Amino acid sequence: MNSSLATMLQLCILLPIFATLGIVALRRHQNLREAVSIGTSVLVFYAVVTIYLGVDAGETITVHWLQVLPGLSVNFSVEPLGVIFSLIASFLWFVTIIYSMGYMRGHNEDHQTRFFCCFAIAIGSVMGVAFADNLFTLFIFYEVLTLSTYPLVTHSGTEGAKKGGRTYLGILLGTSVAFFLLAIVGTWVVAGRLDFTSGGVFPAEANTTLLGIILVLFIFGIGKAAIMPFHRWLPAAMVAPTPVSALLHAVAVVKAGVFTVMKVGVFIFGLDLLVVLPTTQFLLYLAGASVLLASFVAMRQDNLKARLAYSTVSQLGYITIGVLLATSSGVIASSMNIAMHAFGKITLFFCAGAILVAAHKSNISEMRGLGRQMPFTMVAFFIGSLSIIGLPPTGGTWSKWYLLMATLETEQLIIMAILMLSSLLNIAYLMPIPFHAFFSNIPAKSEHGESAAKVQIKEAPMASLIAIGIATLGCLVLFIYPNPLHELASAILEPQQ
Amino acid sequence: MLAHLPILQVIVPLMAAPACLILRRPQLVWMFTLLASTIAFIISILLLQQVMQTGTISYELGGWSPPWGIEYRIDKLNAFIALIISGVSTVVLVAAHTSIEKEIPQEKHTLFYILYLLSLTGMLGIVTTGDAFNVFVFLEISSLSAYSLIALGRDRRALWASFQYLIMGTIGATFILIGIGLMYQMTGTLNMVDLATRLPEVAETRTVTTAYVFFIVGVCLKLALFPLHLWLPNAYAHAPSIVTAFFAATSTKVAAYLLIRFTFSIFGVSFSFTTLPMEMVFLTLGLLGIFVASTVAIYQDNIKHVFAYSSVAQIGYMIVGFSMTTSAGLSAMLLHVFNHALMKGALFLALGAVMLRVGSTQLKDFQGLGRQMPLTMAAIVVGGLSLIGVPLTVGFVSKWYLVVAALEKGWWPVAGLVLLGSLLAVVYVWRIVETAYFKAPLAPIAGKEQVKEAPMAFLLPVWMLVSANVYFGLDTRLSVEIATAAAQSLFGVAP
Repeated sequence: MNSSLATMLQLCILLPIFATLGIVALRRHQNLREAVSIGTSVLVFYAVVTIYLGVDAGETITVHWLQVLPGLSVNFSVEPLGVIFSLIASFLWFVTIIYSMGYMRGHNEDHQTRFFCCFAIAIGSVMGVAFADNLFTLFIFYEVLTLSTYPLVTHSGTEGAKKGGRTYLGILLGTSVAFFLLAIVGTWVVAGRLDFTSGGVFPAEANTTLLGIILVLFIFGIGKAAIMPFHRWLPAAMVAPTPVSALLHAVAVVKAGVFTVMKVGVFIFGLDLLVVLPTTQFLLYLAGASVLLASFVAMRQDNLKARLAYSTVSQLGYITIGVLLATSSGVIASSMNIAMHAFGKITLFFCAGAILVAAHKSNISEMRGLGRQMPFTMVAFFIGSLSIIGLPPTGGTWSKWYLLMATLETEQLIIMAILMLSSLLNIAYLMPIPFHAFFSNIPAKSEHGESAAKVQIKEAPMASLIAIGIATLGCLVLFIYPNPLHELASAILEPQQ
Repeated sequence: MLAHLPILQVIVPLMAAPACLILRRPQLVWMFTLLASTIAFIISILLLQQVMQTGTISYELGGWSPPWGIEYRIDKLNAFIALIISGVSTVVLVAAHTSIEKEIPQEKHTLFYILYLLSLTGMLGIVTTGDAFNVFVFLEISSLSAYSLIALGRDRRALWASFQYLIMGTIGATFILIGIGLMYQMTGTLNMVDLATRLPEVAETRTVTTAYVFFIVGVCLKLALFPLHLWLPNAYAHAPSIVTAFFAATSTKVAAYLLIRFTFSIFGVSFSFTTLPMEMVFLTLGLLGIFVASTVAIYQDNIKHVFAYSSVAQIGYMIVGFSMTTSAGLSAMLLHVFNHALMKGALFLALGAVMLRVGSTQLKDFQGLGRQMPLTMAAIVVGGLSLIGVPLTVGFVSKWYLVVAALEKGWWPVAGLVLLGSLLAVVYVWRIVETAYFKAPLAPIAGKEQVKEAPMAFLLPVWMLVSANVYFGLDTRLSVEIATAAAQSLFGVAP
């Protein structure tokens, strides 16, 4: 127990929340306001890194806040999976703020103060999810995350945004109240406790049918993991401004979902129990179906953000599959995929936003020849796509590798076939975009009436480009240097001190 | 002095009511009423403390020992309910002066406060007394003053709503009286403790069954249990805003108290739930109430109607807890009684602020209020989240206990239905949020001033209740401890 690290942990959650005060106070001075956001994100990242180093050195960190109901407390502790998640989220928050400065100003968005406030609260709650010591704490921050991102999704206030927001809130709040909460209470009644424990909390003599039902409730209830049929909120949320889609729907919100699934699988049920439950196989196929169907749907989307959204649905399925396979390589694959997919997808979203700001295009069919106008963006898009597909030299390679190993180990050949097929589909829906951007000719009559010869390089604002550069670099670095991540991921299953 | 607290609880507001006539100046009357209500609140806190420490208090009225004389009997259950009633009453009164300024003609202000105090007296009386006939007397005091309070609404529809309530309420009161009469006939006593000891001897008779059924139906009318809720929506919608806030938080709670008191302490669990199939009856009605009333709430255009139907649905939750006949279920119900008082008090009071500034609570008039009345709307949002049962609010605490109680009894489908019901709340709360935050404000009509934030006098009590919603969602020691203790004592021994 190290008290300075405990302080760091609380700072991670509280700093973003207090930052909202600064953001509101400085609402008249754009630059200062953004400086508060950036400063906070740097501090939070610093705090998370300190925690990481502390955990690496073998420290244990626990924080007790308050007891809400007898036996149910808001407690925090640190374990490797949470460290991975918080590292990614805090780092990408920093990157996204830089990006949003360029995007929001370039796009002349209104209500920027509200935007940055809600953003900060959302990150605070992500940190709460990452460090939660029990399901109850996790659930609280999970709900806060839903509510704080609602104003972000409906940011533009148009009829479409309202409709998207309704779907978003309806599904996320609906599944979490109707299934997730029921599953939590069920766990509480059966096991008598909710704290995350290595090897699970359920007593050995518990009825496996009942536990199987609880598992189904969990998987359906964690709507943020976007397993079909509860995935509709993700495409609906794409009405949000691109930085929101990027951070929240490639990193924070969806990853909070699969993170929760992993936590439940590993620390509530435990891998040994997961294997014997009667519903696991059914859920595996469901997740597999989700992976495939979402890939098919993605192919048919012409709107770039919608295509990326469905691609996310399918990638989240990978992570759920990794947990449900219930082997150590499955868990390693899933936790690595949380990181790899985050970097890959955020690159893609950043690019989509950059294209929107600089070329005012959101449909894929209009993007032919765009590579000549925005070469940097399209190269980044290409690298991001590689990472999503899982090809070298990008980080995505490793997570796909471990996942396939896990399917082989458990002899889930159907699932393996699904994963292979899905990779091919990934290529089919992602690769044509950069390909056409570079090798197709600009349509003879574009809406501006300009001909191919006169195209000049016109990229997004500088701040956005820097962010894209960092994210893309992340994809590449994770290929060459995945070791720290792998070590953390392997440490998840080691019994805690 | 301390020994006389049980009677002072009732006497203080009762004596204060006629005293208002002497003061005459509305401002003074308001302050005096507030003072009286505050004293009642303090008394209820003291009583609760005393009960928690030393156990049940028995007070002999006029020195006549029970069962001959009237006994006031305070245990954990009614001390808890009295605390809710007097607490909400006091907080709501803070805003009363500002609110009725616009809704009630000047010359009727004094009358309003007198009726308010009488109504408070009635409710506190029902709760504190240990005598069955006394219950009826106080019930009439509170009901009659309630009818006139509702009729004070500025709309002519208030008269109709009040009349509707008068008819239904009188039927309910008559049924209750018949029930009490039959009990008296069979046992020859009206004292509750005495009734509880004598009723089992004659429990097998048809008369006692009839007495129970009459009584319960009467109480359920007062409780507005689905499908006996028809009087409630209009009464809430057309009464003056302060009255609605006060009643929504308290009056159905009193009926809930009577239901618990007579079922558990007087007739006993074995009679109510083994001899009679009340478990199934209440469970069905409770669940139906949740779904039907919530669905109806979604389609209302007047926000007061929305929350009125939502109240009917919330009573459904209480009754589901009640029907479980376990200590856990009963404490879930009591918790929800407390928590619902906080939610609805906050919400209806905030609606009062809207009424004050906008002059209407129709959904379409909420357009743009998020910008014009940010603090009031924020209060409605937090109250609404609490109604939905989002963590960190009291709504979550009650839902948690209710679901745990259902699962402990093995009622998985019921637990699922309870949670599904709260999704309907999401829909009706979100209609308001969307209108208030996403639509541009209506263009100001010529000659009408721009809508602005409610005055401090209004925001203060609203936010007191809203903060209570959050505070008791975080620190549940007080509410959970008392509710559990009360529920356990009901399952332990007779009062």
